[in-house]
Amino acid sequence: MFLQPKQDFRPKHSAFSLKFFVLIFFTLINGKASFAQTDIDAIMMGKKLFCAGIMYNTNSWNNYWEGTLKRDNPNLGTVSTNMIGPMGSLGVSSKFNIIFNLPYIKTNASAGQLRGFSGLQDLSLWLKWKPIKKKVGKGNLSIFTIGGLSSPVSDYVADYLPLSIGLQSRHISFRGMADYQVGVWTTTMSGTYVSRSNIEIDRTSYFTTRMHFTNEVYMPDATQFNLRMGYRGKTWVFEAVLDKWTTLGGFDITRNNMPFPSNRMNMTRSGINMKYEPAVPKGLTLIGGAHTTVAGRNVGQTTNFQAGLFYIFNLNSKKSENSRKK
Amino acid sequence: MKKLLIKLSVATCLLFLAACSKEIEEANLLSPALNPVQTDANAGSWKPILLNSANEIFVPAPIGTTSPDYILQINEVKSWQDKMTDADRKMVRYWSSGAVLRWNEILRELVAKYNLPPYQNEDGTYPIPNANNPLAYPFFPFSNPPYAARAYAYVSAAQFDGLIAAYYYKDRFKRQAPYQIDQKITPLVNKSNLPSYPSEDAVIIGATVKLLKLLFPGEQDYIQSKAEEHRIARLMAGANVRDELEAGEALGKAVALKYVQRARTDRTEASVGIVNGQDLWKEFEQAVIQRGETPWVSQETPKRPPMLPYFGKVSPLLFDSLTVVTRLRAAAPPSTKSEAFQKELDEVMHYSKNPTRERIRIVHFWADGIGTYTPPGHWNAIAAEHMIPLNLSEVRWARNFALLNMSLMDAAIVCWDTKFTYYNPRPSQVNPEIKTLTGLPNFPAYVSGHSTFSGAAATVLGHLIPEKASSFNRMALEASNSRLYGAIHYRSDCEVGLELGTKVGNYAIQRARTDGAN
Repeated sequence: MFLQPKQDFRPKHSAFSLKFFVLIFFTLINGKASFAQTDIDAIMMGKKLFCAGIMYNTNSWNNYWEGTLKRDNPNLGTVSTNMIGPMGSLGVSSKFNIIFNLPYIKTNASAGQLRGFSGLQDLSLWLKWKPIKKKVGKGNLSIFTIGGLSSPVSDYVADYLPLSIGLQSRHISFRGMADYQVGVWTTTMSGTYVSRSNIEIDRTSYFTTRMHFTNEVYMPDATQFNLRMGYRGKTWVFEAVLDKWTTLGGFDITRNNMPFPSNRMNMTRSGINMKYEPAVPKGLTLIGGAHTTVAGRNVGQTTNFQAGLFYIFNLNSKKSENSRKK
Repeated sequence: MKKLLIKLSVATCLLFLAACSKEIEEANLLSPALNPVQTDANAGSWKPILLNSANEIFVPAPIGTTSPDYILQINEVKSWQDKMTDADRKMVRYWSSGAVLRWNEILRELVAKYNLPPYQNEDGTYPIPNANNPLAYPFFPFSNPPYAARAYAYVSAAQFDGLIAAYYYKDRFKRQAPYQIDQKITPLVNKSNLPSYPSEDAVIIGATVKLLKLLFPGEQDYIQSKAEEHRIARLMAGANVRDELEAGEALGKAVALKYVQRARTDRTEASVGIVNGQDLWKEFEQAVIQRGETPWVSQETPKRPPMLPYFGKVSPLLFDSLTVVTRLRAAAPPSTKSEAFQKELDEVMHYSKNPTRERIRIVHFWADGIGTYTPPGHWNAIAAEHMIPLNLSEVRWARNFALLNMSLMDAAIVCWDTKFTYYNPRPSQVNPEIKTLTGLPNFPAYVSGHSTFSGAAATVLGHLIPEKASSFNRMALEASNSRLYGAIHYRSDCEVGLELGTKVGNYAIQRARTDGAN
């Protein structure tokens, strides 16, 4: 799409001060659990484990939907977005995780004259809570609620689609999620409501389906539906993913016009995710994934690839090592 | 700990929500009701533009205010006032800010809606919008900056001429406003001693609707619905009775006819430069090659013919076509082979490679590219913003917009004449490494259109509102520089464009000094 809405496997970056705070604050208690990777999967990180690493995500498109009309644009060529940054995830308890990220984004168009932009985008923070886990039939059913906040960290330009690095809108999201696991086979389903704040642009008027004599742009809210199924073993995780982002309002790009932040951006993507967590060295995690857009409106038909390298810090054991040294 | 975190997060969420009320207050709805410091009751003696005299068009004398027919009309106003809803009150308030202002906003909206370049044909050629089939793609018109400048000029000038005639007849017939004749009518506009026959609002409706039919033929329904809203608003406001509207609208239409006739013969139609599939405009390219210079080449894929290459030959309003060529056309830009050119190219590259947030803001604030009301529209918006606090009469609003927009149309003409005389390449054509911060316009570089428009507008507005002159000049300079910062123009395009615009603006000032309005 012209701009990726909030999605799973965003490259993640933890602000130094926050990470430092977390390390100091939670070095007391031991715990063990699997690696918590994102705000939208059913994997929780264990108590007092802190996972940090680097994510890289590249996505590109040649075709896009102008409203519902699919077209290419030889004056843009291939539009690509590269994102990189550390991410962090902390297990306050095995039922309560905090996840955060802050991607650095760079955009580029392979044809035409428009210059790509780059910069730090939005700081996102999620609180992930698993209040219910119980045996149902042959497997375990877990229920999650996830609350998210996201806010731009710089005054980057939103009104420069498809090459702006973000939309400047602040988000609050509420997600309900259910996971059912039988042995190593799992299904996770979630629905999210994303409340988006209005944004301000650098010009004093703009046309949507009528003229607006203001620099403030109404940003419609959005919903996200996500379904993932697959194998969840100790060392390997493989999942097939289906994700549907729907903007609740907004307008279509008119014929041969440029896109605008308050367009009705919808997209349905499918793809695969994998995770590899070898026994040795303990704590190392590699993740990867690939997704493609199967349907869309006012968005690019993106294909994306991602890879991440993480390490789980057992905050408690560090403490004991320290005390031993003393 | 967990509970604390949850509480904290809930609190943060609420703060977030509280900070983002999504109601948007648009600036144009805040403009107050017209309340002129001076009624300009003598405007009937001002010098019109295309009208030969204020009474060239006959307006019949109104019926007496004691006649049964007039009483009936007064009763119509009362019945409108009796059944007003909140939405009606809002509508009356909206139109009370001034007919010239509101129709200027509507025109800006139409320009923005139609300012989209046609998508290419299968064979890589581009379709040309057809005025006789405006609703078939590509929609007519493509209201690009020259087209828009002309539209603003004709509408504003016709409104001005119409109002001069209206004020002439107002003074002659001296019919009082309905709320002065019948005390039971509550005026929902500011009271005025200006006679109300014919209605100045209706003159503007008549003139504008007639011209918009020509300029935006696909928008008839929208324009008619706005006109009807405006008429009803005047009746509900108790500002006019029916025959004042009818007389005014007929007068406005008759005045607009003069402009329609001019528009049909002002050579705009030929400005496309393509006749029966023949690219006449290639002659500009040939001329440059013969001079041994590098001609402009479209950087779009597929290559798009340049925007209105013969617009420089359109008949100007403030001077004649000969003046465009002999007195206004700018001297040649630096040769692409010269050292001076290389220096300018390097400067563009510098701005392309090193954008700051402030420069990006400037580029985007002034970009006024596709899907916007264009630079002339932006200067109309600036003019409106600065005229609102002055509490001007309707006729002075019209005069100021007419002077501004005549200068903007003529600025487009002289700028396009210069552009197609030298037909020089854009920076990113000469050096494809130069990436731009805004859309690259599809026509030659020298001189900058934004700079020419801004030079003209700032000059005219500085004359009309002298206390703001230096502020207008600063804005014009920023608008001009924005094209260099955006890496789509050389410095000389901007500087010479500003000078050229200033010269055009001075012609409008000459007119302003002798039109009897001072």
